[in-house]
Order: sequence, then structure tokens, then C-alpha cells
Amino acid sequence: MKNKNLYNYILGIADNSLILGQRLGELTGHGPSLETDIACTNISLDLFGQVRSYYQYAAKIAGDDRTEDDIAMLRKEREYFNVLLVEQPNTNFAYTIVRQFLFDVYHYLFLTELQKSHDVTLVAIAKKSIKEVSYHKRFSTDWLKRLGDGTTESKQKTQQAVNDLWTYTEELFYTTQADNAMISEGIAVDVTKFKANYYQNVNAVLTEATLDIPESKFFQKGGKQGIHTEHLGYLLSDLQYMQRTYPNMEW
Amino acid sequence: MDMGVVRTAIFVKEVVHVQITPTYSGCPAMDVIGDDIKMALKNAGYHSKIELILAPAWTTDWITPKGRKALENYGIAAPLNAEADKDVLLNGKRLVTCTNCKSQNTRLVSQFGSTACKAQFQCDDCQEPFDYFKCLK
Ligand SMILES: [Zn+2]
Repeated sequence: MKNKNLYNYILGIADNSLILGQRLGELTGHGPSLETDIACTNISLDLFGQVRSYYQYAAKIAGDDRTEDDIAMLRKEREYFNVLLVEQPNTNFAYTIVRQFLFDVYHYLFLTELQKSHDVTLVAIAKKSIKEVSYHKRFSTDWLKRLGDGTTESKQKTQQAVNDLWTYTEELFYTTQADNAMISEGIAVDVTKFKANYYQNVNAVLTEATLDIPESKFFQKGGKQGIHTEHLGYLLSDLQYMQRTYPNMEW
Repeated sequence: MDMGVVRTAIFVKEVVHVQITPTYSGCPAMDVIGDDIKMALKNAGYHSKIELILAPAWTTDWITPKGRKALENYGIAAPLNAEADKDVLLNGKRLVTCTNCKSQNTRLVSQFGSTACKAQFQCDDCQEPFDYFKCLK
């Protein structure tokens, strides 16, 4: 492949949305209330829509006979480049909301920067997606405040989720070799530039939600290089089941 | 056309090239809309090619007055301006007009609705539940 770095860079962005979309999709019919159920699955649908645009572009860059579906469905665990945060399970609603919030703040800042890329296709996807992501961020921010500043039980569970998921936030700002190559060409976003802004945003909402900001300096990473937590394999076996069982099936 | 989804339609030799753009990225109606256009043009005796474009990104500003009327008649409240939209979705203001009895005594039930582009409302005068098309800029 001629442009392997660009291809891998696009997968890195898209895989975050795919895996998070799949996690949210698991809540179809299982949300804690009808409204939150619809909200989570709506967000999932937005993410899957964005993912299609990215994978179609990646398939074009690959320039062989692979399709968007092949890219989405037929890779092995180590060939997915999503961050560890998005593959973490829906342990309870607090985890779902905290995971979403920690990603949405990042996603919004990321897409803001991606609109300045030299790659016109990525700019078009970013301009389209950011409108949707601002709704996602609004939803997860509202719920984080409601849960944190809610009952004793909701506060305790939400603090637990924040403490557990905090360890995956630093990876959002890790850059891979493909990232760095694309940054130097003016195509990729240099995520390190908005790291301080990210933590400022996150901490402000946590404070408003009367939650403690974790002090731990221990962070996990690996997802961006394909080294995942034990959760991704199970998620992929769900996601890929139909394509693996009935190869080339279509809706 | 009235939803702002059809962006351009031009003849290239004998073929009609139509560009359509999605309201939201994951809009599941795009394939159907594309097929419907193709079918309508075929019935009118034209060959056509449908292309999905993302830029410039769709906005509710592109819905025409006729399109807004059609939405209301169908039972979907048309989008308010950005500021009023924020007030009804975040601050509990009662500004959306009930599609059934035209009362503004309506409240937000859920920020997300049956599709990505809508929120759920209910009228406290006639009790009618209805969809509101969210403002997207
Ligand atoms: Zn009414």
C-alpha cells in the first residue's frame, strides 16, 4: 500500500467510534430508562455513520479490493487501533456515562482540530461529525452532573467509575508512528497540543458534579498499537459474528 | 429538495447526476432516498447517478418553508432558531408549538427521539406526544 500511514491514521480515528458505538449498541433494549436507552443507541448510530465515512475513505486509500465492511468486520483483535477507554464494558450506567463523557470531551476537541487538516475528506467528515458530537457531549455532561450530584448511591458509583476509567485517559494523547508521520504532513491532529485543555474541561465538570478528581498517575496504554484489554476480544466476537458465520452477507 | 438533502441535479450527457447529503452521518434513510430518486427519474425516462456528499455539512437552515410546512403537517415540529433550540432542549423553556393543538405549553420528554434528528416532546394542553426536529448548524 502506497499510503500506509494515512490508512493506519484513519483506522485509529474510526476504530474509536466503531468500538464505542458497539458498546453503546449493547444497551439497545437494556438502557436504565426508555429515554437513556434511545439516547445511547442514537449516539451509537451517529458513531457508526461517522465510521462508514472513515472506512470508505480508508478502503479507497488501500486501493485493493477490500471494502468498508472488510475493514470494519474482518480484522483480528491486534489490528484494531482504538484506545482502551472505548472498549471498557458497560459495568453499570455510571460506567457508561463516565466512559462517554471522558471520550466526548476528547472527541469534540479532536474534531475541532481535524477541521484544520490538509486532507479535504477528513475535514468534511470532521465538519459533519462535530455537530453530532456536540449533542453527545451535552448528554454525557448533563448525566455526569446528575449522577455525581445525585443520591449517595449514584455519587458513590460514579466516583468509582471515574477512578477506574481515569487510568485510560492519558492514552488519548499518545501518538503512534503513523500519527507522527501524518502530523508532519499537516494531515493529522497533534493531540498533545490540547491535552491541558482536555483535563481542564474534564476537571471543571467533575468539580461541578461534586466528584473528586483522581490523583493517580498510573496510566494504561496499548490500544493504539493493537495491544488491548481482555474486553475487546469478546466485543469483536459479537460484532463479527454474522460476517464470520455467513461470509459476505449483506442486509 | 425541501429538506435540503438534494444538493445538485445536473445533466452530464444523457445522465442526471444527483448529489445528496445526509442530515446526520448515520441517517439510515439515505439509501432509500437515493433509490427513490433513481426510481422517480427512471419512471420519467432518465438514467441517473446518485452521489453521497458530506461537504458542506447539512444544516436545518436548508429546510425550505414548504419543507417546514410538510414536517408540521406530518406531526413533526419544525426546528426553532439555534438560541431557542438551546432553551427548549437544555433549559426547559416552553417554545415548541404542539403539532396537534398549536399550544406552546409543551415540554421536553427526551433529547433523543425515534431518529437521530429529532427530540421527543409532549403537549400539556392536549397531551399529544410529538417529535421536534432539532436545530443543526
Ligand atoms: Zn397540544
